[in-house]
Amino acid sequence: MYERWALTALLVWPLVAGLGVMVLPAPRARAAALVASLVEFAISAPLWWTFVPDGGMQFLADYAWIPAWGIRYTVGVDGISLFMVLLTTFLMPLSVLGSWNIPRRQPAFFGLLLILTTGMIGVFVSLDLFLFYVMWEVMLIPMYFIIGVWGGDNRLYAAIKFFIYTMFGSLLMLVAILALYTAAGRATGTYSFAYTHLLSQATQPGPTAWWLFGAFFLAFAIKVPLFPFHTWLPDAHVEAPTAGSVILAGILLKMGTYGFLRFALPLFPGVALHETVQFAIVALSLVGIIYGGLVAMVQPDFKKLIAYSSVSHLGFVMLGIWALTLQSVQGALLVMINHGISTGALFFLVGMIYERRHSRMIDAYGGIARVVPLFAAILTVVSLSSIGLPGTNGFVGEFLVLLGAFRHYPVATAIATTGVIIAAAYLLWALQRIIFNPLTDPENERLTDLTPRELLVLVPLLACIVWIGVYPKPFLRRMEPAARALIEQVRPAPLP
Amino acid sequence: MSLDPTRYGDLALILLPELVLTGWALIVLLFVAWRHETARDLRITGWLTFAGFVATAGAVWWLWWRVAHAAGLAGMIAVDDFRWACDWIFLGAAALTVLLSFRYLEREQLLAPEYYVLLIFATLGMMIMAGGADLMVIFLGLELMSIAVYVLAGFDRRRARSAEAAIKYFLLGAFASGFLLYGIALVYGATGTTNIVLIGVQLGFAGRPGVMLLAGLALLLVGFAFKVAAVPFHAWAPDVYDGAPTPVTAFMATGVKAAAFAALFRVLLEGFAPLDVWRHIVWWLALVTMIGGNLLALGQRSVKRMLAYSSVAHAGYLLVAVAAEGTAAFLVYLAAYTLMTLGAFAVLAAKGREGESEVTIDDLSGLGGQRPWLAFAMAVCMLSLLGFPATAGFIGKWYILLAATQAGENLLAAALVVTSVVSAGYYLPVIMAMYMKPESSEAAHVDVRLGRTAAVAVALMTAGILILGVWPNRLFDLARTAGDSVRPANTLSAPPSGARPGN
Repeated sequence: MYERWALTALLVWPLVAGLGVMVLPAPRARAAALVASLVEFAISAPLWWTFVPDGGMQFLADYAWIPAWGIRYTVGVDGISLFMVLLTTFLMPLSVLGSWNIPRRQPAFFGLLLILTTGMIGVFVSLDLFLFYVMWEVMLIPMYFIIGVWGGDNRLYAAIKFFIYTMFGSLLMLVAILALYTAAGRATGTYSFAYTHLLSQATQPGPTAWWLFGAFFLAFAIKVPLFPFHTWLPDAHVEAPTAGSVILAGILLKMGTYGFLRFALPLFPGVALHETVQFAIVALSLVGIIYGGLVAMVQPDFKKLIAYSSVSHLGFVMLGIWALTLQSVQGALLVMINHGISTGALFFLVGMIYERRHSRMIDAYGGIARVVPLFAAILTVVSLSSIGLPGTNGFVGEFLVLLGAFRHYPVATAIATTGVIIAAAYLLWALQRIIFNPLTDPENERLTDLTPRELLVLVPLLACIVWIGVYPKPFLRRMEPAARALIEQVRPAPLP
Repeated sequence: MSLDPTRYGDLALILLPELVLTGWALIVLLFVAWRHETARDLRITGWLTFAGFVATAGAVWWLWWRVAHAAGLAGMIAVDDFRWACDWIFLGAAALTVLLSFRYLEREQLLAPEYYVLLIFATLGMMIMAGGADLMVIFLGLELMSIAVYVLAGFDRRRARSAEAAIKYFLLGAFASGFLLYGIALVYGATGTTNIVLIGVQLGFAGRPGVMLLAGLALLLVGFAFKVAAVPFHAWAPDVYDGAPTPVTAFMATGVKAAAFAALFRVLLEGFAPLDVWRHIVWWLALVTMIGGNLLALGQRSVKRMLAYSSVAHAGYLLVAVAAEGTAAFLVYLAAYTLMTLGAFAVLAAKGREGESEVTIDDLSGLGGQRPWLAFAMAVCMLSLLGFPATAGFIGKWYILLAATQAGENLLAAALVVTSVVSAGYYLPVIMAMYMKPESSEAAHVDVRLGRTAAVAVALMTAGILILGVWPNRLFDLARTAGDSVRPANTLSAPPSGARPGN
């Protein structure tokens, strides 16, 4: 029963609840949204226990949708997507709670947040490329509104930039999906968008495969974002309201790396493992790690600093994916989760202090550890986890990536390691300027410390930071078979 | 049901929808001769017209459902599913236009019920165009439609803009008709027939096409390109669309364009199938129309002009379907395009005021807060025009892309998606204005009224866009059967089978 309906319920419930929340009166909307997102989390939670690590694709549901084109509603999760789904349902109640006092049109905001959940989960569980594409695009609209209506001063520019960048990449992917579908149909006589069907037709590189890989690459690279395609990210992250930034960083960016793992690599192994492509992508990841870190260092705006740190962290993920060893892929998956938790927490913290002081500038603060000790303590812990201090989640993920990547790319790994040092530099320096240093501005003396509601948002995140940092085995155990299967699929040589 | 066009009874059945509509037009005309004074008369005429369209659609449905087909090949009138499908689209567009017109005509003080009679005659012309299996019949239909629409474009005779639109449309349209007629004459000279099927048979036997035939084909294409407003023959469209009364603009952008495309499809696919030249020409036309229409639309501030250029861009997408010979894709896109374009114009008509001062995109600021349902309908139409998933526009675009990739036109497909991204640059600002910008004053949108009938129409169109976006199966079945019925003579075979409405 649960096996068959869990994923469908996860997709339908937030959509229905979201539409319902939209028509509720303002004071009740947020409470209803919180309940709805908690229900969503409750539906998803048993996935964690009932998931069988060696079971391949699970919780499958498969129904005909548009038979004329061989389009089906097929959903399922494996060790890669399981964590993305859980991360989504975990972050949603926190996002609702974190934007409890969002100004203006609360019902619409919380409704869109819930509808967004449907889109995000849909991206992670779709096993039909048409369904995947629909979800991939549908999720754009709520995010576009969340940035454009509730964002900062420059929100219109940020919203349209976010929309057009993403749409450009995804429409080219659409053509690639269609070309893939036509080619597989010609070869086998079966026209179907099913993932397994297209996967069985994955071919060695010919000129077409290069073009198709290019289209998929562009769509996912913009979303990740990989170095030269990242310019939408600082705008969108900074202008979005707190919950928007948390979801953008926590989940939307992971769709890009998830797309590489699920589609770009297995569908075009020949192109993806071609020396030039490998070199180019590893090089771009390194540029992202170093460049993102260096640019973060000079940001006067704390939110922008975190936004650029995302570019750096996602560089590690890309490096881990392309190194394609068991450790590095597991590490990449773990970095994806960790980044969602740590960066999400950082965005929450910035949002909380912004609500009090209405400034995101680092030099507006200083010495506030004495005024708001709780805030300062949590910010410190979260920053350390983002840097990757041993004992926190950040360390485990990045260490595994570096360990796994070292076998294939020793030089690149050495360069990437400096990224960790740069991360320490920009975050610790910012930390020093915000919560330490002398307390100069009298306005900061009147800051109030975290409220119980805000603590409720942060404590689950802190718990995860410690849990993954100390005992990551439950995570690694669940993702290992899927990671191994992916590597075998892409690189047919035996694993050491 | 096999119908023999040489027997009068069967011929009457073949022409049943046209006959019903003609009869109805005469009745309405008679009614109008007595009652043309008050707003009430206007309303009654409107409902009468609406009933006429419904009755005609019923006649079409009956023939479709009974699998009507002609005995023999070379009739003047085609009896196939393609014709019925196109008729439904025209009648749907016309009926929705009637619903949009009620309040608009009263607001603008256009109390002349002849408006509805002209609408009927224009629709009749479209149906004849889609049914014509002979170039002369197509030309007759085209003229009937065009003359009615010339008058409709200038219907608001107190406004200079409307008069300008009418005269511009008339002059350029007359030129286009001339080109078309000359093209028909040259094709006749080269092949000795104006029957489309026979032209196809002739060309199948002939070797290299002669200069006269090529010139004829070129002139035919020019004539049609004018009517569908393809770049570089689009220059009239923005001015005419802008000046005409908004419901008429909606009707022109959907019905007139659809009819010209339907005729073009039949002429090229049935008549000129053995010739390869037109494929190259249409390929280039599609490319420049997509690029030109989208780029020109980017700079527009007036919503109406923006929609006019957007309809040029959509003509480009439809031309991709022509180039890929995807008849079913064409029909699906046409249905979607009709819904979303009519919906957008309907909202625009509600926003306009008496005397129709220009509505700019900024004038829509804050609509989302004050009139949430209206803004929602507009947003759905914009997203559908943009080709966003879960809307009918996406399904249509996807189908055209599929047809293009299967025909090996990957470059055209890529051009389609890239220009679609460009189109986000002018559809999104409308949504942005409605939801993300504050209204200019508290009273900015108090006088926005759709009227009851138009509200029903807009609700129907919005629901249609969303439902077709998620569950297009039925539409596909119909479109595929209808699409298969248009093919070159040498591949014609036994009576058609497949999906029809009602089974």
